[in-house]
Amino acid sequence: MDFAFSEEQELLRASARGYLRDRFTPERVVALAESQSGWDRATWKELAEMGWLDPSLGVLEHAVIAEETGYALLPAPWFSTVALAWPLLDQELRDAVATGDASATLATEGDVRADGATLTGTATLVPDLTSVTHVVVVAHDGLYVVDATSDVVIARSTMDRTRRLGELRLDHTPARKLTTDRTALVDVRRRALALASCEAVGVCQRALDLAADYTKSREQFGRVIGTYQGVSHRVSNIFVSLQLGRSLAYWAAWAVSEGDAQQDVAVAAAKSMASEGAVFACENAIQVHGGIGFTYEHILHRFYKRAQWLEAFEGYGRDHRAVVAAALFDPEVAA
Amino acid sequence: MDFRDTADEAEFRRALRTWLVENLPSDWVDRMPTVGRYDEALARTWSRTLYDGGYVGLTWPKEYGGGGAPHTYQGIFLEETARIGAPDHIGGIGLGMAGPTIIAWGSDEQKKRYLPPLLAGEEIWCQGFSEPGSGSDLAGARTRAELDGDEWVVNGQKVWSSYAHIADWCILVVRTDPAAEKHRGLSYLLVDMRTPGVEVRPLRQITGDPEFNEVFFTDVRVPRESMLGNPGDGWNVAMTTLLHERGTLGFALTAALERQVLNLVKLAKEQRNDGSRPADDPVIRDRIAQQWIDLQALRFTNYRSLTSLQKTGVPGPEGSVAKLHWSETNQRLTKLALSLEGLASQLDGEGGVWDGYWQYQQLRSRGNTIEAGTSEVLRNIIAERVVGLPRSR
Repeated sequence: MDFAFSEEQELLRASARGYLRDRFTPERVVALAESQSGWDRATWKELAEMGWLDPSLGVLEHAVIAEETGYALLPAPWFSTVALAWPLLDQELRDAVATGDASATLATEGDVRADGATLTGTATLVPDLTSVTHVVVVAHDGLYVVDATSDVVIARSTMDRTRRLGELRLDHTPARKLTTDRTALVDVRRRALALASCEAVGVCQRALDLAADYTKSREQFGRVIGTYQGVSHRVSNIFVSLQLGRSLAYWAAWAVSEGDAQQDVAVAAAKSMASEGAVFACENAIQVHGGIGFTYEHILHRFYKRAQWLEAFEGYGRDHRAVVAAALFDPEVAA
Repeated sequence: MDFRDTADEAEFRRALRTWLVENLPSDWVDRMPTVGRYDEALARTWSRTLYDGGYVGLTWPKEYGGGGAPHTYQGIFLEETARIGAPDHIGGIGLGMAGPTIIAWGSDEQKKRYLPPLLAGEEIWCQGFSEPGSGSDLAGARTRAELDGDEWVVNGQKVWSSYAHIADWCILVVRTDPAAEKHRGLSYLLVDMRTPGVEVRPLRQITGDPEFNEVFFTDVRVPRESMLGNPGDGWNVAMTTLLHERGTLGFALTAALERQVLNLVKLAKEQRNDGSRPADDPVIRDRIAQQWIDLQALRFTNYRSLTSLQKTGVPGPEGSVAKLHWSETNQRLTKLALSLEGLASQLDGEGGVWDGYWQYQQLRSRGNTIEAGTSEVLRNIIAERVVGLPRSR
């Protein structure tokens, strides 16, 4: 039993953290979030140069990066490309992603039909749709890829302005068929849940750091507010929630990377606890900040919105607990 | 990162499973869990069986009669004994607290004298830390010891002392220098519970059971050499004890919670009089699934802490959440179990569900957030020593 990342993985974490700290200061993240496009397209080449789009990375490496991007609130379609679309792409697109020339997302919700080499229909709630170059579309008879050109994508106002959802409207739009086999989506979803959990852990860590920094310096009634147990115990509760979520998120990432027998319950447990934990952490961080934490000016709400995005992604906690319950009570059905 | 057993660990686990089946009564697995009442005779017999099997003190140094095994072995032992519902060793306080403290602070003579009978379950230990006037605030202890010739003369009162009524020895925190700063005036004695002047009065818990005690010391004469460390070292020695209480506890807590989650799942599958099963109610399923998730979070947080311990020699900061999380989870779990029983949840004996098992467990769980550091103290520790907030006092 060994519950530690390798030296190489820790180096990757350190380099990711340094890059994000230098390039995505809170001021820049806010400016990008408020911009029309929501991100800086030049970022994509930087990520490719950092090796974050490299096909050689495994789930544990992705887990490390996902956690750091959550901590920094990276505005870029990295999660959509790597966690959602990448396993479904053909070689040509994978090569283009690796060099930073393509990015992609996945459209699973909607009603899209194929007609020869074109697709027609609407897909909704597509992450990062307006930021990517390609979309993998789940149509009735298989998976297709289309160009995410401006005539087919519609931006939808999204609480989390750093990960916006869009709507895809296809009308005899040229498409390339990837596969008729939809079972690949099961693996994609499992992996995405593990990585979303890791990202939530990063958000949770940031909420803890913000809460700790503030309660160490803010004074009221002549004392630093972190000395009041009504305040400090909230911070302790964030710490507890962070550690529990982190343990499950790493377990889930490992289980998925190994194809472990428990991978389905591991990702269900991790997703429900880590994403709920991140929301809890942000709510408590807002509370200990008082009025300033409730302002649009303060950065906290942006983490809170990402936490809520992650909580909603691929099912709220109760959906995942239903998976766990099935494994506990109906093992024959679950298996 | 790899959560699987190594080849050696897998072999240890396999051998232990076989050993448990061979050494527990043949109907053990199918028995109903016993209501909380402590079966001393069974615990003593089982402790000896464990000792003879080589399963006591697995991680202790070999020179003191231990197994010299890595911490993971103790984890495997606790996981497997919890899964089969084996009884606990009778000397929990000795194995978890007194023993490691003696290993850390004791002289060679003390180690040779105390450790072998402790491991064999022949001598049982209790803890004399809390007092009526100092519970969480250990440094405020007022039980005093004064040197008279070659003996310390102890006067005072301790409280909440589990197992004191069956204990042979007590780890006792006393004040030896009333003039010193309060942390520096303490010392740490090993006291024979049969010494004249030691009086144990059982206290009944809210379960109705006398599991813990008041202990009165009246002119109790303790040999001068029965001290761990020097006079004035008491605070630091006691911190070693508490570090072990909270540090190595993770596996035991995971094991205890796993047993409760398995029991809860079993309970939820039982048919009620109307033929329905709680396990078919989506709200109940959701809450039980949360209990299972809370269990896994405890398990893997403990693994992370252990990995840090093995790599750096100190448990990671994440370990500080184990007891806090466990205690509150166990309280939610036992209340949930009662809620599955309807009005029958009020029957706590014959005719009740599982003969009152859950009623006992639910009431007992209220102590979980008080014993071994209240949740409030643990939250202070996390805030101040882990997150780095300023001290509140």
